[in-house]
Amino acid sequence: MAIGMAEIPMAFILAGLAAYTVLAGADFGAGLWTLLAGGGPASRAKIRDHARHAMGPVWEANHVWLIFVLVVCWTAYPVVFGSIMSTLAIPVFLAAVGIILRGASYALRGQLEAARGQHPIENVFALSSILTPFALGTVVGAIASGRVPVGNAAGDPVTSWLNPTSVVIGGLAVATGGYLAAVYLAADAHRLGERTLEVDFRARALGSGLCAGGLALAALAVVRSDAAALFHGLTSDGGIAAVGVSAAAGLTTLFLVWRRRFGPARASAALAVAAIVAGWALAQRPRVLPGLTIDQAAASRSSLLATIIAVACGAILLVPSLLLLFRLVLRGHLDPAAAPGATVPAAPHAPRKRQTHLLAAFAAATFLVGTGATVLADAGWARALGVICLFACALSTFALVTAEPDPSREAMPPRNRG
Amino acid sequence: MTALLATAGGALASVDQDYLLQARQMQALSLAVHIPLVCFGIAFPAMVLFCEWRYLRTGDTLFRVLARRWSKVMLALFAVGVVTGTILSFEFGLLWPAFMANFANVFGLGFTLEGFSFFIEAIFIGIYVYGWDRLPPRLHFLSGIPVAIAGVTGSLFVISVNGWMNHPGGFTLQEGRAVNEHPWSALFGNSFFWHEFAHMYFAGYIVAGFLVAGAYAWAFLRGRWGRYERTALTVALSAAAIAAPLQVVIGDWAAREVASAQPTKLAALEGLGQTTQGAPEHLLGWYNGHDVVYGIEIPRLLSLLAFHDPNATVQGLNAVPISDQPPVNVVRFSFQTMVGIGTLLALIGVVYLYIRLRHRRLPGSPWFYRAVVLAGPLSVIALWAGWTTTEVGRQPWIIYHVMRTTDAVTEARGIPVGYGTLIVVYLALAAGVAWLLRRFSRVPLEGDQDGYRDG
Repeated sequence: MAIGMAEIPMAFILAGLAAYTVLAGADFGAGLWTLLAGGGPASRAKIRDHARHAMGPVWEANHVWLIFVLVVCWTAYPVVFGSIMSTLAIPVFLAAVGIILRGASYALRGQLEAARGQHPIENVFALSSILTPFALGTVVGAIASGRVPVGNAAGDPVTSWLNPTSVVIGGLAVATGGYLAAVYLAADAHRLGERTLEVDFRARALGSGLCAGGLALAALAVVRSDAAALFHGLTSDGGIAAVGVSAAAGLTTLFLVWRRRFGPARASAALAVAAIVAGWALAQRPRVLPGLTIDQAAASRSSLLATIIAVACGAILLVPSLLLLFRLVLRGHLDPAAAPGATVPAAPHAPRKRQTHLLAAFAAATFLVGTGATVLADAGWARALGVICLFACALSTFALVTAEPDPSREAMPPRNRG
Repeated sequence: MTALLATAGGALASVDQDYLLQARQMQALSLAVHIPLVCFGIAFPAMVLFCEWRYLRTGDTLFRVLARRWSKVMLALFAVGVVTGTILSFEFGLLWPAFMANFANVFGLGFTLEGFSFFIEAIFIGIYVYGWDRLPPRLHFLSGIPVAIAGVTGSLFVISVNGWMNHPGGFTLQEGRAVNEHPWSALFGNSFFWHEFAHMYFAGYIVAGFLVAGAYAWAFLRGRWGRYERTALTVALSAAAIAAPLQVVIGDWAAREVASAQPTKLAALEGLGQTTQGAPEHLLGWYNGHDVVYGIEIPRLLSLLAFHDPNATVQGLNAVPISDQPPVNVVRFSFQTMVGIGTLLALIGVVYLYIRLRHRRLPGSPWFYRAVVLAGPLSVIALWAGWTTTEVGRQPWIIYHVMRTTDAVTEARGIPVGYGTLIVVYLALAAGVAWLLRRFSRVPLEGDQDGYRDG
């Protein structure tokens, strides 16, 4: 099967989904570990802080993969998006609530260091970190098991996502998140030289890796009885290859974690999870929803082309930026304990004498021209010129206004006037 | 096959109106929560970067302290904006699946581009805020520039979609579905989009500027008035004070675009029942279905403002059947609220600029600072009112003259439950953010020992 133009945006969606599962999945998993912080050699508080700090600089960027998946889906396969979101309104809404609670509690928790009331917020964060991947996993299960028909809320609002396949995939989403997080957090602890944390998360990585692997096998058994078509896809051609890669990468990761080779373990753990996404796609190809193939679902050629161009151009900006971020994070440049020393404040020297009169004249002139052209002109170019003048006026006025004031003239606040 | 959704929608088109209203309110609530955060996304990075640039240029560490503190607030507000923005993209599908299924192929490109803006913003905001003290100063400053740019382009792309919904084009309608679409020209070749963007851009500085300045005006009223507070107030208030009067000019442009492209919306804004030559403008009052009563009438002003001709003919609401008219009083009240508050804010801005430039100092009267404290919430109300004007004014259409909102809404049950849940969650979120900002303001200044408070 050659890849047609209708399939290229789907490849973007799957790449985005794999990235979201690996990156945001690990962030969800970190939330899971804040709930299960006790029991290991490291203290509860230390586990929680470590889990929280590790995702600090990256979680927003990791979350955006979800947005990326949504927007490419609705642009390139609008009918699919409308059908999924209307039939699966309940789990999607649950995921949405989980995302709000999680984002908000994370932002709050970051400012709370030793304040009272952190425990409820900590628990909201942890529970929403479980709810969101579970709900999103049930959505995947519903699509994969063919329970979302084409149409505006045409499927069953409850059994479409509360069924054996959905539930087991939801559980798998939570478990793989925990597994990825444990591997990554062990690697971070290794880099930071935190020996007890490293030992603790290494044990968690091994345990959760076995759990996730076991759950994946159980999922295969459930899918066999619940969704025969999906099982057939997963056990033939490309499907079985991807499942095999996932299993091999999972076992390799366990071995690497055992040997404390955390760098390569990061990569193989990610591969194990990403291969599951690929396997699902290959198993289902070319069917997207029951009776709807990818060619039938795709928007017209011009929309597909626009999407492909937009993603290609976006990738030129995105890939180097992401590499920079991950490089800074993985090398510890953004760690909380990184040594300062980059800043030696220079002695303040007097601000340069500004040509204030000239600037004021410029501001006044651009204001008059800008207002005149925007209000009176009818031609498009003249109005554009007017708006540009207004921007120039705003900038020059800002420069004038924010110049250092004369301290001797400052007003005193009411309470100091006595 | 592809028309399946459209026909499914057509067969069950008579959706319960209460139900539709709840879906609309749910969407409106989510937008109302998100839009003030968008303002911070547009304006706050530029304000933070201005402070850091000033520090790099003069070596004045006060500006570094300011930039650093503001950047933490910026990150927290961005995080909340990330999640509330995600909710919006979920709701497009949850509430309006038929709209998405039949037309997202035309406008989806705008959101794809916005997705990349969002990516860049999220990546560099992480580097910028966590990079204080860890990156070389110049590199740190540079890492903030993509945040400022992406905040603006992100809103630009989203507004391009709104511009298209108000002034659709670039596709052929076939069985209720867009075919032969040309996404680039539909979104960016659209004449209706640039004024919306410019209007929102200035609104970003007004809302973010007045809200931030309000915190320091409050400090003035409580007797805290060191160099730190004075500088912070100057930067934030200057941004808002410059944007507010200029917004009047942009708003005039926007109104004239509405007059030519959406005459029914203009008639609703003004409560103009009958098509009138030399139409008057009414301040306040109530539209009773034919005319504005109890208002102050200014003869011929509407014709003059909308078409620059006191004798121009302005199309009234009677030009379209009542089923094609928006709820006039909601639109009109929102519009008058926006204009009223906008005028007040412009006045505060002019007073500030006059004193600051003429006397080279900050205003001294506590009344001025009380007005600034009030201006923050008022600017948010004006923002909400402005978006209500344009979105409710577009009703009953979700895509102007192409698709009715009734035909776009989901067939799924349970909207009231979702709406109720969302209200509770957003109330908790609002309480959380308020608490967070209060806490930020209590953290002692890192530079206290240098005497910024006394300055």
